[in-house]
Amino acid sequence: MTGGTMKMLLFLFWGFLFSAVSQAQEIPTAPSRGQPWPMPMSYKAGGQLNTIDAATFRFATQGNDCDILREAYIRYREAAFKQHSERLLVVGPLRFRQNNLRFMQQLRGQENALLQQLSVQVSTPCEGRIYPSLESDESYALDVSGGQATLKAQEVWGALWGLETFVQLVYTTNSGEFVVNDTSITDKPRFVHRGMLLDTGRHFLPKRTLLQNLDAMAQNKLNVFHWHIVDDPSFPYESRAFPELSNKGSFYPGSHIYTPSDIQEIIEFARLRGIRVMAEFDTPGHARSWEEGQKGFLSECYSGGTRNGMYGPADPTKNSTFTFLKEFFTEVASVFPDQYIHVGGDEVNFTCWQSNPAVGDFMQKMGFGDNYAKLEEYYMQNLLDIINSLGRGYMIWQEVIDNGAKVREDTVVMVWKGGWQKEMANVTKQGYHTLLSSCWYLNLITYGEDWKTFYTCDPHAFDGTDAQKSLVMGGELAMWGEYVDDTNVLPLSWPRGSAVAERLWSPQDVNSPVLAEPRLVEQRCRMVRRGIPAQPISGAGGCPEEFGGN
Amino acid sequence: MVEGSRKMVSLLFVLSLFSALSAAKLSVTPTKGVPWPMPMDYKTTGKQNTVDAASFRFTTRSVECDILLDAYVRYREAIFGRNADRFHAMRQSPKFVQMFSQEGDIGEVSVDVSKPCQGSYPSLESDESYSLSVANGQVMISAQEVWGALWGLETFVQLVYKSDTGEYVVNDTIISDKPRFAHRGLLLDTSRHFLSTRILLRNLDAMAQNKLNVFHWHIVDDQSFPYESMAFPELSNKGSYFPESQVYTPTDVAEVIEFARLRGIRVVAEFDSPGHTQSWGLGQKGFLTECYSGEKPDGSYGPADPTLNTTFPFLKQFFAEVASVFPDQYIHLGGDEVSFTCWQSNPVIKDFMQKMSYGTNYAKLEGYYMQNLLDIINSLKRGYIIWQEVIDNGAKVRPDTVVEVWKGGWEEEMEKVTKQGYKTLLASCWYLNDISYGSDWTTYYTCDPQKFNGTDAQKALVMGGELAMWGEYVDDTNVLSRLWPRASAVAERLWSPKDVNFPLVAQPRLIEQRCRMIRRGIPAEPVTGPGTCPVEYREP
Repeated sequence: MTGGTMKMLLFLFWGFLFSAVSQAQEIPTAPSRGQPWPMPMSYKAGGQLNTIDAATFRFATQGNDCDILREAYIRYREAAFKQHSERLLVVGPLRFRQNNLRFMQQLRGQENALLQQLSVQVSTPCEGRIYPSLESDESYALDVSGGQATLKAQEVWGALWGLETFVQLVYTTNSGEFVVNDTSITDKPRFVHRGMLLDTGRHFLPKRTLLQNLDAMAQNKLNVFHWHIVDDPSFPYESRAFPELSNKGSFYPGSHIYTPSDIQEIIEFARLRGIRVMAEFDTPGHARSWEEGQKGFLSECYSGGTRNGMYGPADPTKNSTFTFLKEFFTEVASVFPDQYIHVGGDEVNFTCWQSNPAVGDFMQKMGFGDNYAKLEEYYMQNLLDIINSLGRGYMIWQEVIDNGAKVREDTVVMVWKGGWQKEMANVTKQGYHTLLSSCWYLNLITYGEDWKTFYTCDPHAFDGTDAQKSLVMGGELAMWGEYVDDTNVLPLSWPRGSAVAERLWSPQDVNSPVLAEPRLVEQRCRMVRRGIPAQPISGAGGCPEEFGGN
Repeated sequence: MVEGSRKMVSLLFVLSLFSALSAAKLSVTPTKGVPWPMPMDYKTTGKQNTVDAASFRFTTRSVECDILLDAYVRYREAIFGRNADRFHAMRQSPKFVQMFSQEGDIGEVSVDVSKPCQGSYPSLESDESYSLSVANGQVMISAQEVWGALWGLETFVQLVYKSDTGEYVVNDTIISDKPRFAHRGLLLDTSRHFLSTRILLRNLDAMAQNKLNVFHWHIVDDQSFPYESMAFPELSNKGSYFPESQVYTPTDVAEVIEFARLRGIRVVAEFDSPGHTQSWGLGQKGFLTECYSGEKPDGSYGPADPTLNTTFPFLKQFFAEVASVFPDQYIHLGGDEVSFTCWQSNPVIKDFMQKMSYGTNYAKLEGYYMQNLLDIINSLKRGYIIWQEVIDNGAKVRPDTVVEVWKGGWEEEMEKVTKQGYKTLLASCWYLNDISYGSDWTTYYTCDPQKFNGTDAQKALVMGGELAMWGEYVDDTNVLSRLWPRASAVAERLWSPKDVNFPLVAQPRLIEQRCRMIRRGIPAEPVTGPGTCPVEYREP
């Protein structure tokens, strides 16, 4: 579909919306029906309907088959039909029979074409535990017309997104039939890295919730789970080499930890949905909980010449520090298959280092003078060499660069502070790849429709050359954990996270909140129906199926 | 307990808080077995009594009734968990007793209520006071009325905690308690978004855990009309979002009221008019004023039409039904945010204004509508609560009217309303739907409803207050986590003595309350920064 067709379609939404608004004040936004979220690159839909018989419909692999596809078929069959059909049964057998009757009549009358299967063609073999990466081809093409439906993709990752889109196109008519409009879609993401950060260091999030959140991410085509797994308050990652880290550093070692098998399950669950799991082990700051199980890792702070019992950042003056880090990150690299490890590096406070005489001696010896940023650089450089030797790429928070540390040229710098436009210009000028997070701190809640602010922040909206812009790999929404745990993380993340997801997937000019709103309302209700407690974000209204718990 | 000893207890909290902070572990250490809201008088020692789970039971000393019997079942579960009864049975098997024969100190809790309570319904005049003593393995709860006994049971359950060795224990404690305010309300709005009955019931449980005693049910509004009326079924057939699934049937409403009654909670229904009534117009044609553009109706509607002779007969019949469905002594009639522009555009209204000699003062027309409505409620022998605008616009109302203050500048408003001799409720400080980042509960906690210029007699007219969770951005997915434990802050303000008002002192207790609520099935969100609960929330 050309830009023009998309604009025409948007124009239709526009008119629909306004007719609803003028009716009366505060009338709920009418949701779209069977429209995908995020908006595909090119999307053409006609009024001709294809009817689906849920009992006989099937996904049919043409060519390459694999575990990822087979698992996806099971999930997407349920997503498309299960709760819909339960609803029909709930409202009573009579109505169900009537629907069935009408359905059969329509079949005989040939009013709509009958869509019996979606044929799925993947060009590259996908068997054998393949794992998604920054280089994955996520493009796909989907055609539904005259009772025929075809999904084509180069790689299985594109096929997964195509299946998600197809299921979003299915909706129920007023008489309860499953239908899909004739549709032609060619789609690929604008950015390759579309991430979501969850923080399991400040509050623990059970595995079950992390899995549910991965499902929600897949429903929005987000493809990187950035797992900020440990932080100052707790260390829930269970290390095989250093079990004391979680024994001593987690809130409750009996229940509030991630065991190796938990982590395996999360990575596999994500892989089957085309989602990478990128672990962050933040140092040298934000590492208070490490000290509980790894004595001597942190710098001891001094008051007036004596230790005061407090701890600062990791202690870069000791050889044992880097020996430990090497062994620890070797394990991390064996546990997390992703090509990147996030090594943090944010908010390193120098006051404790400044108070410690041994650190002072080391500064002199190294000729750092009073410049503690050099000490930080020294620490980071050693750490990055370790990650390098493990054959992994690394992501870092912007401070590492801001403080002038030299890092490998393929480093990805995550920008999270205010003034991000300048920072992105600066970082890309130095030739680094970058990710934007500043606009999307979803934990910072405000009253009302803040998704519109998230939606209209464009990661390319900074001064720079085309070459600089092309270094932007995407962005991440962050749900930091100070005020978030299992009780509220999913409703606070969704569908506010969906706004970011569309920004990172869809073309740059799909950026009007007014046009997006009816589709976002549909997306929220669809997520609720599929078991995600996505909260209301566009004022008063109702979903046909309300959230009923898990 | 005297004032002094409570202050000492507070001081101990402060000390324990600071020692926790200095110990480098970043989270504040929660209290163990300390109640929320803080009782009027609370004296406790470190002497522990173990609870004998095998023999544990509640015993009624004198007056018995449905309310007590139901509470015993609930509170047993609240202490020992969902499988309490199975566990109880197992504990009594001879083999188990042989293996773990460990006598606890507390085998029973005696409950002594003075007045008969079978089938009773709470009111503004309910006596909610109680006394509770735990000493030498003896536990006694005494109350004049069953409502006090319910709160005493809630307090007792909050005193129980698990010792380091995993036993259920209660410290020696003496409590004498009663609420500071008689009306401690929570407003839910089921019109902007529908809330399922299941969620309303769970919220009532959460309210009881915080000794809130009025569920203000803002049941209908512009956006939808989920109340299923027996006399006017078209109201919800046409006015609800989904008439098959998103309505409150008479059975649903009765269930909510009974569930609340058993917890000492009143259900005050609000049917807001003449504004906020767009959804009424869908099922009750002719109820709303037609708005005009130029000479012709433009298809939109304004407030209820006070000029038609059908409006008040309809309201009389409708509210007669409401009064038969909701047993509470009060009905909330709304009366807020009436926009005059539609009335001003309508020629019939203009004629009526002339006929009544109102000139162009549409507040008088609003007063006329409200006066007629109040007369109807009066004839049904119910009291009424109204939003402040009715008074602001100068309508005359019955002297026993309760005026709910919700706008900014509430101090002046409360002063004005009480000067006119009306009873009043404060809501302005507690719009919990209006979220912001961080620990906003401290703001709610430090707003005092009697902090306005006025005589003691004026202050005495403050019946309490209500927290509000308006529904624009709230539904089943987030209402409970958004309410709790932020609403607990309001609950303590309305129950506890005025000088229990220091957030830093309250914080360790609030953390315990949050974790206790989670253990009892309420998804109460974190409100004090990083930390944890021993038992995390599970969707039931």
